[in-house]
Amino acid sequence: MYRLMLLIRRFEETCGQHYSLGNIRGFLHLYIGQEATGIGAITPLEARDYIVTHYRDHGHALARGLDTNRIMAEMFGKRTGLSKGKGGSMHIFDAAKHFMGGHAIVGAQLPLAAGIALAQQYLETDVVTMVFFGDGATNQGTFHETLNLASVWQLPIIFFMENNLYGMGSAVGRVRLQGADFSDAMGAYDIHTVSVDGMDVVAVREATQAAIDKVRAQRSPIFIEARTFRFVGHSFADPGDQYRERSEVDLWRRRDPLVSYPNRLIEYGLATQSDLDDLAQDVDAEIAAAVDFASNSPEPELSEAFDDVYA
Amino acid sequence: MIHEVTMPAMGADMTEGTVVKWLKNEGDDVARGDKLAEIETDKTVVEMEAYNAGILRKIVLGDGSKAPVGSLLAYIGDADDALPDTEDAHSEAQIGESVEAEVDLVLEAVEPEPQPEPEPAAPVPVAAPAAPTVEGGRVKSSPLARRLAMEKGYDLAAVPGTGPGGRITRDDVLSFTPAPAFAPSGVAAAAATVSVDGSDIELTTMRQAIARVTVRSKTEAPHYYVTSGVDMTEAMSFRAQLNAELAESGVRVSVNDMIIKALAMAIVKYPKWNTTFHEDRLEGHDSINIGVAIALEAGLIVPALIGVQNMSLVDVANASKDLGARARGEGGSLTQEELTAGTFSTSNLGMFGTDTFAAIIVPPQAGILAVGAVKPTPVVHDEEIVVRQMMNATISADHRVGDGAEAAILLNEVKDNLERPLRLIL
Amino acid sequence: MAEITIREAITLGLAEAIETDESVFIMGEDIGEYGGAYSVTKGFLQKYGDKRIKDTPISEAAFVGAGIGAAAAGLRPVVELMSMSFSLVAFDQIVNMAANLRYMSGGQIKVPMVIRAPTGAGVQLGATHSQSFETWLAEVPGMYCACPSNPYDALGLLRSSIKSDNPVIFAEHSHLYGSRGDVPQDYFDIPLGKAKVTQSGDDLTLVSYGYGVHIMQQAAEQMSQHGVTSEIIDLRSLSPIDYDTLVASVQKTGRVVMLDTARRTGGMMSEIVSEVQERAMDWLDGPVMRVGSKDVPWPYNRVLEQDILPTADDVVEAARQVIKF
Repeated sequence: MYRLMLLIRRFEETCGQHYSLGNIRGFLHLYIGQEATGIGAITPLEARDYIVTHYRDHGHALARGLDTNRIMAEMFGKRTGLSKGKGGSMHIFDAAKHFMGGHAIVGAQLPLAAGIALAQQYLETDVVTMVFFGDGATNQGTFHETLNLASVWQLPIIFFMENNLYGMGSAVGRVRLQGADFSDAMGAYDIHTVSVDGMDVVAVREATQAAIDKVRAQRSPIFIEARTFRFVGHSFADPGDQYRERSEVDLWRRRDPLVSYPNRLIEYGLATQSDLDDLAQDVDAEIAAAVDFASNSPEPELSEAFDDVYA
Repeated sequence: MIHEVTMPAMGADMTEGTVVKWLKNEGDDVARGDKLAEIETDKTVVEMEAYNAGILRKIVLGDGSKAPVGSLLAYIGDADDALPDTEDAHSEAQIGESVEAEVDLVLEAVEPEPQPEPEPAAPVPVAAPAAPTVEGGRVKSSPLARRLAMEKGYDLAAVPGTGPGGRITRDDVLSFTPAPAFAPSGVAAAAATVSVDGSDIELTTMRQAIARVTVRSKTEAPHYYVTSGVDMTEAMSFRAQLNAELAESGVRVSVNDMIIKALAMAIVKYPKWNTTFHEDRLEGHDSINIGVAIALEAGLIVPALIGVQNMSLVDVANASKDLGARARGEGGSLTQEELTAGTFSTSNLGMFGTDTFAAIIVPPQAGILAVGAVKPTPVVHDEEIVVRQMMNATISADHRVGDGAEAAILLNEVKDNLERPLRLIL
Repeated sequence: MAEITIREAITLGLAEAIETDESVFIMGEDIGEYGGAYSVTKGFLQKYGDKRIKDTPISEAAFVGAGIGAAAAGLRPVVELMSMSFSLVAFDQIVNMAANLRYMSGGQIKVPMVIRAPTGAGVQLGATHSQSFETWLAEVPGMYCACPSNPYDALGLLRSSIKSDNPVIFAEHSHLYGSRGDVPQDYFDIPLGKAKVTQSGDDLTLVSYGYGVHIMQQAAEQMSQHGVTSEIIDLRSLSPIDYDTLVASVQKTGRVVMLDTARRTGGMMSEIVSEVQERAMDWLDGPVMRVGSKDVPWPYNRVLEQDILPTADDVVEAARQVIKF
């Protein structure tokens, strides 16, 4: 898990670097700070389970084991990218790995995920669908509509809320009377709610594993809220310091999973510093290879703009 | 629904008009945009379009009748709608009597049994061009008709358009037999036996209009002519310099532009020539609008440059280029004002090598300046015989507006302006 | 061969799909217990059960989106909107999700889904219930749009729509549910994007779809009394548009009048007019005319509403701009 954590962190840092160089364009939303949440949520899922997520999706894609080279190539807009260069940072898909997309309209991925869960119910599988969304999405109509649908139809779905306390630049307390507290939010829908510290990868993983087991067995929805924080701005265009106090960012940075988790591993004797250094080298090599792959991949042919419009 | 057809206002200053000829008969089907009748104003003859579709139920004012703007001319409507009973009103209007009386009578006739509100008055008629197939000099035709005409080698302007709005359509081209035009016969003069094509030439509506307007001008306006030779040597070299200076801006000043400017400047000085004779007075115009005779294939039109008194020479060059282009149907059509608001005109046959000619005044203008070609001619200049670039200019003037001496003074001013061309830009 | 209504044809097509393809299910507001707002799915719940026939909450964005998700996960949902006007509530799901998913996933995800909806004005439902947004949706790449005018086409197009691996907007004009026509017993289908020449003629091409085709027939009859013979083209699909059939007809007649029962401005007919003049300029014997509903919100008042709707007289009037009769 530490390797994955490091992979995501380095991947995001590298993306930022290549955004500055102009190799990555468009909007770029980095997952730095939230790694423990995504890894703790996704790693307990089985290969047959489905994941649907939002536009801050690189971390989820890496956690799901999507090919680092092909994610990076998609960032670069190359034809070797997962979406052949036509999706971009916000739209990472790998249908074979049941990774059903980053979605860029806030909250729009929720009905889609409900539909995938509906298909599992229809096909009578034991497959679990997990949908990620942020605190910002909770004020969208689709959020409430989908919770109601999942509740009334008892869909096998995990609503995984990454509560990073800011919907872009708006603190959740400014747009929601109850502020960041979602413990009672599911009362109206009679959906079981779990809250977890999103900076603690072990806690997230344990809570999620329990939820997955429950959904798989009971075929009913669960809502997980993980409290987390992005250390960087909303997108690469946002320094992230206009709407947040420096002290708040620093406070959360002191809980950086990339520091606390390896410390814990060493403390419990599960790894040595030299083990961790080896992993770091390994990760750096993987990222460097991904950048090479993306840089050296061809641009799509112009004719490919007309492919994949219709089946 | 019965719609009234009323005498259109074909210009802001038009008060009455004459129905020259109805182009539809009672009982004919009328589509919106169909030409209903030829209306003669004091300036020109235009075709009045139908603003409503239906059957031409009744013609109230017959051919040759004169009536004030707004007078009832005819009814268009469905076959079974009742016509207002306005017989008396019509006979009143027919002899061109008071409009008020007519309105009263119409209201009276309506009173006994309330009728549906009449449609709101038709919008102010848009410029109806002189001939059905020509709008601002542009032949109105469908793309298919144009393609067919090109394949058959027909001149579209010669094909009568019978489609909606006078458009030349496929059927018009297919049923067209080319008539001999006023063009070289193609018969070699040296041939042993010369055969002469003696068939008649059908006149287009435009040619008929030209015939009517010129006859009216010659019969109503007593023409006389003053001619002078203008030394254009300075003007030609001035123009060459000017155009060299203007080369980058893309503007080119023509000889004709200089003539228009020189004429407008002369009229500013002698404003009597910017009037129209009207019974007991000369009606003044507050703008000098110089008509420019343009020979189109379909016939002559004389659209005017509006407000030349405020134009620089370069303005004139730009405006006349634009006017000419639109007259030929490029980049829009001519406006009603341009077609009817000229106050004095020019005609230039220089490009045909003509030395001297006298033009017919475009009614109700006061005169027209006709110029021939600029040619190197031996003349006495500073006591010596030298070759100068000479051009003959002839003013045809309406004697009711001014006497010969006055026209001579005007012409001299034009001549002076051209011979001292710096004046044109000062 | 049997004469049935469009409603019966659609019912037939849906029942057939449910019975022959286990991945097909139907969902929408009040399609089960209630039997459907236009009774298309009457009796389905009792016959096929609540797994195949799903009543949904009044929650268009959620259940249209759920349809997309189910399609992405391998099923073939047929989603019914109670009115095409309600598509607005689910527009993000339809356009951003259903139409774009395939493209932005680089072809990894397909969305085999049909969205059926009654459309059109004329029954005094006022501004919010009378709109014809199939003309908006037909512009979106990644989706198809079918608009049947008769029972035969309704069944043939519905079969193709359900079998399509792409999302299809299936617009059913509310005036036409009771419209009758012959439908053969033997299986047939009608490919999306194939127009039909429903009447042959030499003087004028009349183009429409759905209910507009019926107006065109009236107009053609009126004009035939003046000796004008019209060729009527039923587009049947607004996406893709069968331009080959259109252009072939224009090359024959040289004259075109198009009719959209949706609003005239910005409708698909505007697009088609543009394309036809690009492709067939040298065959045109006059302007390509476009008739549509007037550009105002739909009024409730019957007289006003009828005045806004295009009529055969409007078509005849437009035709007089291109041909004299």
